[in-house]
Amino acid sequence: MESVEGVARTLLSFGRLSRGLPFGRAHGLSSRDPLLPLAPRSQENADPQRTAFLLRKQWTLYSVTPLYRFSNAHLRDYARLLSAFIAAEKQKGLAVEVGVELDIKVAVSSLPYLKGSDQDQAAILVQLSSRSPASPKNSEEKLIWSGWFCCVSGDDISKNVPEDFTCLPLFLVNGAECYTSIVGSWFQKTFDCSFRRLAISPLILSWMAAMWTGCKVDKTASAIELVFSVPCLPQPLDISYAIHPEDAKALWDTVQKTPGEIIQEEVDVFMDCLYSHFHRHFRIHLSATKLVKVSTAIASAHCDGIIKFLQSQYLTGVLMLLTELAISQIE
Amino acid sequence: MAVLQPYDKLPALSSAVLLLVGSDGGLQHRLAEAILREKKNFKISIHLATSLPLPPERDHLRPRIDLVAFMIDIKSKYSLKNVEASLAYVDDSFFLGKVCFLVTGVGRVNCCSVEMNAIQNLGEVYCSPVLFCELEVEGSQVATAQRLLRMLEICAGHVPGVSALSFSSLMRNCADD
Repeated sequence: MESVEGVARTLLSFGRLSRGLPFGRAHGLSSRDPLLPLAPRSQENADPQRTAFLLRKQWTLYSVTPLYRFSNAHLRDYARLLSAFIAAEKQKGLAVEVGVELDIKVAVSSLPYLKGSDQDQAAILVQLSSRSPASPKNSEEKLIWSGWFCCVSGDDISKNVPEDFTCLPLFLVNGAECYTSIVGSWFQKTFDCSFRRLAISPLILSWMAAMWTGCKVDKTASAIELVFSVPCLPQPLDISYAIHPEDAKALWDTVQKTPGEIIQEEVDVFMDCLYSHFHRHFRIHLSATKLVKVSTAIASAHCDGIIKFLQSQYLTGVLMLLTELAISQIE
Repeated sequence: MAVLQPYDKLPALSSAVLLLVGSDGGLQHRLAEAILREKKNFKISIHLATSLPLPPERDHLRPRIDLVAFMIDIKSKYSLKNVEASLAYVDDSFFLGKVCFLVTGVGRVNCCSVEMNAIQNLGEVYCSPVLFCELEVEGSQVATAQRLLRMLEICAGHVPGVSALSFSSLMRNCADD
């Protein structure tokens, strides 16, 4: 337990550092603390079939403040209220697609297997599916939007929150923006919470690149790809740097001293090696550009707060990191 | 000598010289212009450099430098590396209050590529104040210009009774106590 708390403490400090407080030090962090975020560990007991629908889809990230008076027992009622709300919005003519009359059905369910520890709230999945009224009654419903709230190892926030609040700080969305705003405004009105886009800074992206490179993958992994955006140019220029996964892992293995622990110096050395290799060949200093996207075999992350999960065994590990980021944005 | 010396030249009357070192020339120009716009009662000259050492050919034309401000852009790791490399070419006696680190770009937290710890460490190791600013914002630009001007005035000795050595009190942090 102690090691988990230690990790949680340093994960929190890692989160605060990444916020880059402009006028003062990060609270409660001495400059000599090494940072030890947990690299995603392979989760053997997660059933890959149950989480398959989460993989290989692009999820947009939001941070959510705690929900007031949310209860797992009333999920069916919430689904009913939400579909009534969506129908009302359509009547008002405020939303959705023009021309096509779609009958939207809402399903709210719980995903109890997506959590880090027992204190975490079970993840909640909201799915919007539609069936065109022209097609026959028993035809397949098409899933048009899905969003899920989750909290993986969010002990820092769940400890400090009063009784009636439910902590589900991370919200992932796949689907059209119009539905996201409708569902978001319903949640905001009903549970007095607020949503904010979660952006990922280049510092965190480089951590993700280092951490995910070190993870063991069973089948042949895809290349590690880093995308950089060059500032201050009249035309936007993007540089894409792809590295063979075994070379990258070999480099990371020589850099990392203690398995299971990562410190900032190791991430810096890893990235500096990649940058200096690039500089040697192309005479471009990648350290002066902005890292916008990281793609590895485990997951791919974009700085605008977009993530794609590619391996179910590391899903919980990545979610833990994203929960940490969401919590640091809320606080 | 390639190393920047604080006292190897004679000072000029009623004037002060600031040296800005940083990899982003545009930001340096903007800051320099903001400083020159401020009201002051002594002659000020601002030198801009991308890195140290300064070219030796013009050394005899250069006046004595009173304050060196190293500019680090939080969005670019390269600027931090550049500053770290340039620090080797500054004489030790400069670090008695005549050097400061200026961290720019702190308004955009989501574009942060440089770790805060590294910057704080730099300030502690070199015993120099670290100032944070956002030069894209007018208000912050003016405030930074005023701060630097005041520091320059003290470093050039124009304020009686206050010496550059007192800048170490700027670095005292309440969290340490």
